[in-house]
Amino acid sequence: MSELAHKGHPEYLQHHFAEAAQQEDASKIGMWLFLATEVLLFSGLFLAFAVMRQYHYEAFREGHHHLNKTLGVVNTLVLICSSLTMALGVRAAQTSRKQQLINYLVATLLFAATFLVIKYFEYSHKIHEGLLPGRYFTGEMHEPAVPLFFGLYFLMTGLHGLHVVAGMIAIGWVLWRGIKGHFHSEYYTPVENVGLYWHLVDLIWIYLFPLLYLLP
Amino acid sequence: MAAKVDAISNVEMQVGEESYLTAKKGLKSWLFTLDHKRIGIMYLGSVMFAFLLGGLMALLVRLELLTPGKTIVGPKTYNQLFTLHGAIMVFLFIIPSIPASLGNFVLPLLLGAKDVAFPRLNLASYYIYVFGAIFCVYSIIAGAVDTGWTFYTPYSSTTDTSVISMTLGVFILGFSSIFTGLNFIATIHKLRAPGMTWSKMPLFCWGIYATSVIQVMATPVLGITLLLLVMERALGVGIFDPQLGGDPVLFQHFFWFYSHPAVYIMILPGMAIISEIIPVFSRKTIFGYRAIALSSVAIAIIGFLVWGHHMFTSGQSELATMIFSMLTFLVAIPSGIKVFNWVATMYKGRIVLRAPMLYALSFLFLFTIGGLTGIFLGAIAVDIHLHDTYFVVAHFHYVMMGGTAMAFFGGLHYWWPKMTGKMYSEKLAKIAWAITFIGFNMTFLTQFALGSQGMPRRYYNYLDQFQPLHAFSSVGSWFLGLGFLLMVLYLLASLRSGEKAQANPWGGATFEWTISSPPPEHNFHHQPVAKRGPYEYSVEVGR
Repeated sequence: MSELAHKGHPEYLQHHFAEAAQQEDASKIGMWLFLATEVLLFSGLFLAFAVMRQYHYEAFREGHHHLNKTLGVVNTLVLICSSLTMALGVRAAQTSRKQQLINYLVATLLFAATFLVIKYFEYSHKIHEGLLPGRYFTGEMHEPAVPLFFGLYFLMTGLHGLHVVAGMIAIGWVLWRGIKGHFHSEYYTPVENVGLYWHLVDLIWIYLFPLLYLLP
Repeated sequence: MAAKVDAISNVEMQVGEESYLTAKKGLKSWLFTLDHKRIGIMYLGSVMFAFLLGGLMALLVRLELLTPGKTIVGPKTYNQLFTLHGAIMVFLFIIPSIPASLGNFVLPLLLGAKDVAFPRLNLASYYIYVFGAIFCVYSIIAGAVDTGWTFYTPYSSTTDTSVISMTLGVFILGFSSIFTGLNFIATIHKLRAPGMTWSKMPLFCWGIYATSVIQVMATPVLGITLLLLVMERALGVGIFDPQLGGDPVLFQHFFWFYSHPAVYIMILPGMAIISEIIPVFSRKTIFGYRAIALSSVAIAIIGFLVWGHHMFTSGQSELATMIFSMLTFLVAIPSGIKVFNWVATMYKGRIVLRAPMLYALSFLFLFTIGGLTGIFLGAIAVDIHLHDTYFVVAHFHYVMMGGTAMAFFGGLHYWWPKMTGKMYSEKLAKIAWAITFIGFNMTFLTQFALGSQGMPRRYYNYLDQFQPLHAFSSVGSWFLGLGFLLMVLYLLASLRSGEKAQANPWGGATFEWTISSPPPEHNFHHQPVAKRGPYEYSVEVGR
């Protein structure tokens, strides 16, 4: 049986899988598990945020007034758009439309870059005002625990920012493979998995934004 | 009948075919291998090295405790030694030991698969392990950590030792652990041989499955905990620092939310090995297959809900303490189910006392002691007295070393012929086992007494009245060291001069025994088909 499978092995099918569906299922399981670990990684930060906010409600309220809500909203919209183009890209791969796939992936990359640029301006503004984590905090404050808020702000958005960069690298990788014509209606798992990852990165921001910027 | 035909044709090497060890040659063929068997062997070498390193530190700790006051090292060095012993043993040895080395090697074989689901991720996880280990070793050179392996704040955020490099090392090791677990879950789901339903899967796979679930679900929380600790030191964020408005007990919650499930990452694979060894050497079908399989899953689930029993004396609320105490007792149920089923498997079996079985029996004996003393510690009133004493040290060494390490060495002896194609000296193996078993009990049974008399753990100095017991324990550690040294020697000697191993030296009925020892590069010439259960010896007994 396995000898037969070997003869009929398409290029994208690794030797230890008998058929393409098995390989696809395995990749999907792997990806969803990985996403679960990402959620758990961030859950620690969310928990720390919840506990510290409980302890220092006034300081957190004071801290969040220093954040630029307009830029936050713009960035949220940018990421939502990037999720849309990513989803359309996955669809293009599934329907073997190579040029569309490339266009959508490039658009996603551009949105991601825009997000980082806006974040860069936000960060430099905070650094300028001395609103920094812990012992580096030199800004003005009325409540003693405001540096704690900015510690969490930089940790949470910083870790998320790293995930955006990682997502861009992953999108760049599928873009490169897409240009080489690796994907078609029979084989598009990597695009789909990178898409899943990108949606998660967006989703985390969807939670970070109201928690940090909006919550009174 | 058909199963037999399959088995025979799989055993025969085709003309001119080489085993996985010799199929490709040169250092590169090892460093870049995607073969789960070779990666398993590389992991085995690495975890054994970590075990040696951690073991040497344990011997030094015990030597220091031979007499009160200074014996060989000063108090700070002593603190560093027991911290490094703990950190190395936990993160570099026990957690990867069974899953990443033996599991990597045998899991695909037991399932009848050609490889794990993601071979490249498997190799990556090995290099991440090495990378993390380098950080840990670097931290030893750059001012070894003295916080204890638990890195409790606020001490860990203020001590002048190299907490950052050690915790970053452990953070990186966590990824290796996650990738291994993720890989195994996908492998078990998608790469089982035709006919191998979940209830026909060897119990080792069930144990590894439960372990992998914990690895995937708990390790990220350790990751973020350590990252927060690094940031605490680097930036003074203050989440765990009461002076800055933080909460040190929050760190303990974070830490134990991972580290208690991690205890089950350590013990479940041990139980998985025991479930393979006992039926083979009792020549009898496993008793209570379903109970053993599902109790692994139960342990994995309940294990997530008991972390608070580490904080009975840390100022956690009384209600939380009572609930955690109750949940802790629950873990004893699936553990007990396993022990009873293993004993029932041996009942009226034809027991063959070869080295793997001796290790399995010592596991039963030692793990039961370790497990039962865990109940003492889970009871709130008793724990107030025993908390942070040598009783706790003895308890977890009975589980971790008497349980997991014994099972690991049992598994190593069980699959050694398959991995290397060589038989070790059975006589030396029995002698080494006896020395280890006696040494272990000398070292740690004593500590139950020490702890219940009030000797606190991690102390450099102690009252004169504890000296006889401490000395007895230290002498026991030398026996333990001697036993392991002997084991390493005869195992290495078997590589040079061991008798050639048959395909099925123990008469096992799982797939790995149907192929030659050592296996060919692609494991199976024909896709094996699971036509019978993994423990049905009546079909095909003997060699």
